[in-house]
Amino acid sequence: MGENIVGKSVRRPDLVEKVTGAAEYCVDVTMPGMAHAKVVRSDRAHARITGIDVEAALASPGVVAVVTAEDIASLHARFGHIITDHWILAPDKVRYYGEPVAVVVAETVAAAADAVELVLVSYEDLPAVMDVEAALADGAPLVHEQSYEATGDESFKNLSHVEEGDGAEEVLSNIAHEVTVGWGDVDAAFAESAVVVENTVYFPMLYAYAMEPYNAVASYAEGALTVVSTAQHPYMVRDDLARVFDLPLSRVRVTSPYLGGGYGSKSYTKVEPLASVASWVTGRPVKLTLTVEEAIYTTRVDSAKVWVKSGFAADGTLLAREFDLVMDSGAYADNSPLVMAKAVNRCFGPYRVPNLRAKGLSVYTNTSPASSYRGFGAPQGNLAGETNLDRAAEQLGISGADIRRRNLVRKGEEILPGKRGIDADIPADLEMVVESLERDRKDVPYYGIGFGCSASDAGAYPISTAQVRIQIDGSVLVLSGSTEMGQGSRSLLAQVAAEELGVDLAVVKVVQSDTSVTPYERTTGASRTTTLVGLALQRACADARSRLRDMAAELFECSADAVRDLPGAVAGPDGRELDFGSVVRQWFGGSAGEVTGVGLLRRDGATQKMPPFWEVGMVGVAVEIDPETGVVAVDQLVTVADVGFAINPRAVEGQDLGAATQGLGSALHEELVYDGPQLANANVVDYRVPRVKDLPRKIDLMIAERRDGVGPYGAKGAGEGTLNPIGGAVASAVARAVGRWPDRLPLTPERVWRLMNSD
Amino acid sequence: MTESVSEPVATSGPPRMPVTVDVNGVSVSRQVEPRSMLVDFLREDLGLTGTKVSCELQVCGVCTVLVDGRPVSSCTFLTADADGAAVTTVEGLSDGQTLHPLQESFVDNFALQCGFCTPGFLMMSKALLDGDEVPDREAIVEHLEGNICRCTGYEPIVEAVEHVAQELRGGAHG
Repeated sequence: MGENIVGKSVRRPDLVEKVTGAAEYCVDVTMPGMAHAKVVRSDRAHARITGIDVEAALASPGVVAVVTAEDIASLHARFGHIITDHWILAPDKVRYYGEPVAVVVAETVAAAADAVELVLVSYEDLPAVMDVEAALADGAPLVHEQSYEATGDESFKNLSHVEEGDGAEEVLSNIAHEVTVGWGDVDAAFAESAVVVENTVYFPMLYAYAMEPYNAVASYAEGALTVVSTAQHPYMVRDDLARVFDLPLSRVRVTSPYLGGGYGSKSYTKVEPLASVASWVTGRPVKLTLTVEEAIYTTRVDSAKVWVKSGFAADGTLLAREFDLVMDSGAYADNSPLVMAKAVNRCFGPYRVPNLRAKGLSVYTNTSPASSYRGFGAPQGNLAGETNLDRAAEQLGISGADIRRRNLVRKGEEILPGKRGIDADIPADLEMVVESLERDRKDVPYYGIGFGCSASDAGAYPISTAQVRIQIDGSVLVLSGSTEMGQGSRSLLAQVAAEELGVDLAVVKVVQSDTSVTPYERTTGASRTTTLVGLALQRACADARSRLRDMAAELFECSADAVRDLPGAVAGPDGRELDFGSVVRQWFGGSAGEVTGVGLLRRDGATQKMPPFWEVGMVGVAVEIDPETGVVAVDQLVTVADVGFAINPRAVEGQDLGAATQGLGSALHEELVYDGPQLANANVVDYRVPRVKDLPRKIDLMIAERRDGVGPYGAKGAGEGTLNPIGGAVASAVARAVGRWPDRLPLTPERVWRLMNSD
Repeated sequence: MTESVSEPVATSGPPRMPVTVDVNGVSVSRQVEPRSMLVDFLREDLGLTGTKVSCELQVCGVCTVLVDGRPVSSCTFLTADADGAAVTTVEGLSDGQTLHPLQESFVDNFALQCGFCTPGFLMMSKALLDGDEVPDREAIVEHLEGNICRCTGYEPIVEAVEHVAQELRGGAHG
């Protein structure tokens, strides 16, 4: 359609800053007069705090203060964007090993670390619930003995089928959240089914391992709070911090520089309250940088047990599905209620399911709190749904491809009643995967292939704003509250602005994620930036152009209608042309000035129907297993990015391979393991993430561009899709290679060997 | 270029020791705590924040710098052990005007996303390419096994290093 700058794999300017070492990450940020914090953490899973002796720590060289819950009792010392249950510092009891109990502030990191060892916390142990079975047992000890107010988060209400309470008194339990979705007559459909298949799967507890651990530097002074942090969603963090300190939103400034990875794990509030209260108490700017071990204890991924049952007609047509998902959400809810809600929406897949019953429980346990991770909720449910489908295919005597061909929804069909119809040609995507996988299929023993399909209600809640500021030399500033964490938004937004305004990419500069400077953005998550910020930015560019036409009309002494748009310029009725910079300079008259275009996006028009778009995950894998050792080698990785239109194709491929690789990590290697009250492997030696030697032999990253998204140029988001169905695809491939069905991930060599060699 | 620094000797706090290190061609003398790690010396004392830290266990490769041309994990390398040595960090790769061929190739091949692991990959790759042999793909993969990247899935990184190796090979033969 004649685009010039979008649709091309332009060099990302942010990458140049990053290869020279000049790029500033949060961990590089300092403030004048800054002190350093280290956190005193619980060494119990569940215990009452009977005393905190800070005397020796305070006497330690260089120590400025030791902050405990008592010091911040006058604040609203809790946070949580859905349920405000998360105490900044444990006030009376600790709920997990690793929970912050106190913050030591000192002149140096080393001095703070030394003094942490000197803070003496005495405890009285309480019975702990270390897994969901224990947490849901009759008479189980309560992780929380009180219920907390919900924050009224609009997106959560909209996405999660939450019933408003009927006013009856709530019975306290360890259930953090419960979600159900369904339709039709499931029991009748099962009764009519020719084949019914049920199985249970276990999805592992994971850690996202963004390589830059959580960190923040905060300064509370003169009734205002300034925080620089590793937050994906600086505006959400601002809201939490304003509530903690009872400050107007305008007096809380949160800035996110380049992030050293996020993958959802830096969504929502993490260490910002700890650094902020330390500054509030000491009157000094305070920097807090976690170690990887501390980061693992800050946020992990919900593990899940998922039971699934599906009924099929004799030809493989799905008649009914039922899911029961239970997630271990840890000691605090954080985003787990939404993860659960999404898991329920995403578990049954992009299939025609005439009768559905899905129920999800998010459960509190005395383990580290779980929250968002790339694709949140999708990988857990998808593993169950997809392996169940492949088991059914085996029983029905049809291929994994055929059972999907029979049941995949076509473009426009709804998979959730009343929601947006599917805006993708998923059957066509499947054929791309099948063709590529089959082309290179090896005919060797212990070789298997597997497919995975998913569709995620992506984009999150559509509230987005953007600004473009046209300078007197015709250069352009783009302002967005969306965070650059590696995915490439800084470059992509520049491409969109350059395209819309007809200016050279080199004169566009994108400024992001400073709540006092850049306009509001709800989140940087759910693959929303390309679609939603892209639309807001297009509107901002149109607004700037409209203002420039009005100004030019004054200069040309004609009506605004008579002014035409040109690339980077306008033309009057008499053919006179003025570039943007000349329009601004001449209108203001003093060789100075600026024009700002504003773009606002809400649930309206093209983005009225939820979700804003469906993010399709379409992958195929081929594995080859060493029968002696159980080692699974990935022979082929095939993915389709159904993105509507790829604004930067290489960046899309990069997101897909990165997401797929993380998915392969959880399928084959990654799992956090609790051994008693604490994790046995809270480090990157024992928690093994994929390394370069794990690269699949063949990688085929395809992009399907059908311009079927609501975003700019028909684009839809990317970045999570290929992660979501990888686990199921690998499990099914392994099952076909060894002739037995695994029921859990990761498929480590030992698990595969046992699977092959057990009776 | 030599920087001569005479810092006042600290009168309180932990004992300190003098070190002189050549960092990216500049001789730097400082008093450091005996437990000072090279990465903290670079980042905190010298403000060279291009080098990053992640695992602090010498397994992720993020903090890799060259000490006398040899790649080391600066998170576990004592500053005292760098006394008298030449240290090269990511800031020393480019001359400030033109990118090093590895930097150019990483950008061209989309071999980074968040970029946090990139300085380590660049320094590790430089150590390989500075060797006597021009490495093939297998040697590159073998050499980079100790560096973790969580964003890219590695393939573009291997490609980026391969491209530079091929250029070297072309140069050697032509």
